[in-house]
Amino acid sequence: MSTTRKAWLTPGNVVLALLLIWAGWHAFDWAVLNAVFRPDVAACRALDGGGACWGVVAAKYRLILFGTYPVDQQWRPLLVTVILLALIICSAMRRCQGHRLLLAWGAGLLAVALLLKGGLFGLSNVDTPRWGGLPLTLLLTVVGLAAAFPLAVLLALGRADTERRWPAVRVLCSVLIEVVRGVPLVAVLFMAAFMFPLLLPEGWEFPALLRVLIGIVVFAGAYLAEVIRGGLLAIPAGQVEAAQALGLSYWQVQLRVVLPQALRGAMPSIMNSAVALFKDTSLVIIVGLFELTGALGLAVDGDPIWRPFALDGYIFIALIYWLGCFAMSRYSRQLERSA
Amino acid sequence: MQKHRDYLLQAVVIVLALAALYALASIVVAKMRVLGIEPGFGFLRQRAGFDIGDSRIAFDAGDSYGRAFLVGLINTVSVSLVAIAASVTLGGIVGLGQLGRNRLFAWLCEAHVEVFRNVPLLLQLLIVYVLLIGRLPLPHDAWHVFGNWGPNIWLSKSGLAMPWPVWGAHGLTLDRPVLGRFTFSGGAMLSPEFMAVAAALTLYTSAYIAETVRGAVQSVSQRQTEAALALGLNERQALRFIVVPQALRSMIPPLANQLLNLVKNSSLAVAVGYPDLVAVADTTLNQSGHAVECISIIMAMYLLLSLLTAALMGAWHARLLRRQAGARA
Repeated sequence: MSTTRKAWLTPGNVVLALLLIWAGWHAFDWAVLNAVFRPDVAACRALDGGGACWGVVAAKYRLILFGTYPVDQQWRPLLVTVILLALIICSAMRRCQGHRLLLAWGAGLLAVALLLKGGLFGLSNVDTPRWGGLPLTLLLTVVGLAAAFPLAVLLALGRADTERRWPAVRVLCSVLIEVVRGVPLVAVLFMAAFMFPLLLPEGWEFPALLRVLIGIVVFAGAYLAEVIRGGLLAIPAGQVEAAQALGLSYWQVQLRVVLPQALRGAMPSIMNSAVALFKDTSLVIIVGLFELTGALGLAVDGDPIWRPFALDGYIFIALIYWLGCFAMSRYSRQLERSA
Repeated sequence: MQKHRDYLLQAVVIVLALAALYALASIVVAKMRVLGIEPGFGFLRQRAGFDIGDSRIAFDAGDSYGRAFLVGLINTVSVSLVAIAASVTLGGIVGLGQLGRNRLFAWLCEAHVEVFRNVPLLLQLLIVYVLLIGRLPLPHDAWHVFGNWGPNIWLSKSGLAMPWPVWGAHGLTLDRPVLGRFTFSGGAMLSPEFMAVAAALTLYTSAYIAETVRGAVQSVSQRQTEAALALGLNERQALRFIVVPQALRSMIPPLANQLLNLVKNSSLAVAVGYPDLVAVADTTLNQSGHAVECISIIMAMYLLLSLLTAALMGAWHARLLRRQAGARA
């Protein structure tokens, strides 16, 4: 179809263009020209829906971005956000990749944990229920993905069973993967929130954050496993046979020959899983953790003065999510092209 | 030698898995007994004691938990079906539109995909819900959709009221909604929660379906279109008879995946208070304490729905392949 001439000036197009210009102008009018940017409730009320009230963001940005983290300590989650973003952006650049990046991630995550939790080096102790907002979203995504990865590799190797040696293990991995992929994340999170406590001995406490994180790891692990298995299946059998002929053991074959190629091939799909996980972290609000979406709910629903302007707040955080997802999916497409 | 080691390894893995499962189950059962909850599904026959605002079948607080779950399941299925129909239509249009000759429309379709794919579904749901609740008029000033000529459809804060066929004494008649003192009665009513969930699922999934459609159409060789045009078919015919049938073949498996995701994603309805399976399970769980049973029911139901969707789409795929093979022979 694209071989044929592209049409621009048709009557339908003109109408569509006029409609678009009209809609675009109204959106611009609403979002910029008529909008209130000051945290001024009276001005926002006077708009009567004729303009955006970004004032709600100006008034509540601390609660939206950092949740209920103690106000005088909020430089800590801010620093955490900067560290995590820097590490993520660095990982995407070819120049930084290598063993040193892995070290940087290790050090970075340690610093993040220390900064958020405190209790050492004169930092006051802040318990996990008070962590929230953007740093929590990033933390859940990054740690969830990192912890899901080894699980996913094991599940994928078990299910692919390229040498046809372990039918029982294959069935076990398949069942695990398909069950987790067959149920919604909400169900997995419910399990983490309500069933884990039943497994612990009397009097034991397990922070909600850790429970939710385990749920996320299992969920993301099952999806990643399928992505990685796709990469494994793309490796020609000759590679494995050649490696075996050289006398390598099963794990040597997998770790040195199969996995490096499989993971490289699956990279675009792995990025897509990362985007999905980033979006999915918004669900943890359902079990009572206040990451970005939950923190916004906390900020506007808990305050009758600003509650009427919830929509503007939601649009603001939608923009944050959009930027993150768009950047990641563009990066994934670039990987695909360079592969 | 290696063979024996493999068998041993497998036996160990299986025994460990079974032992872990047994240990977990016995811990849970013991803990529930300590909490004074008798494990098992007997509680489903107990009186639920809560009302469900939005139900396709008769339900009140006197009915059982079991019936409440049935209401939830029907709600999940009905909102999913509406969203499936709408998102496949919208996704098809957007997907083909991206490839169409009309560059402006193609650009609009690309924008649709980029916007709705890159914002979490939960957030889209909350935005649609806030918009609906905030901007819709009260029932007394309800919008008469399609004006006075159209069927009796009213849109207001209490939902979308529309005529519904009923089987009564006079045979099949159309029950029309009538505005009472506070809200509409008669006909069928779709709650704002239902509309929000259906709309958000449609927007989100349509972006993915559009990409699926685009990919499938692009996978059909350009030469096919050229050949069809050379044979004297016009563009519409080439699309209808040559490209789409071939694209359909490679499109159905990923489309099935998207529909599976849609059904699972309908579980987010709990966030706006639409009484779907998860919402009913959540209420039941908090009231009765039967966490393990409630979560098992949710998981079993979604697995069942997933299997059903996969089986239906698989059957369609098989039938299509058979028919196309038959046509070629």
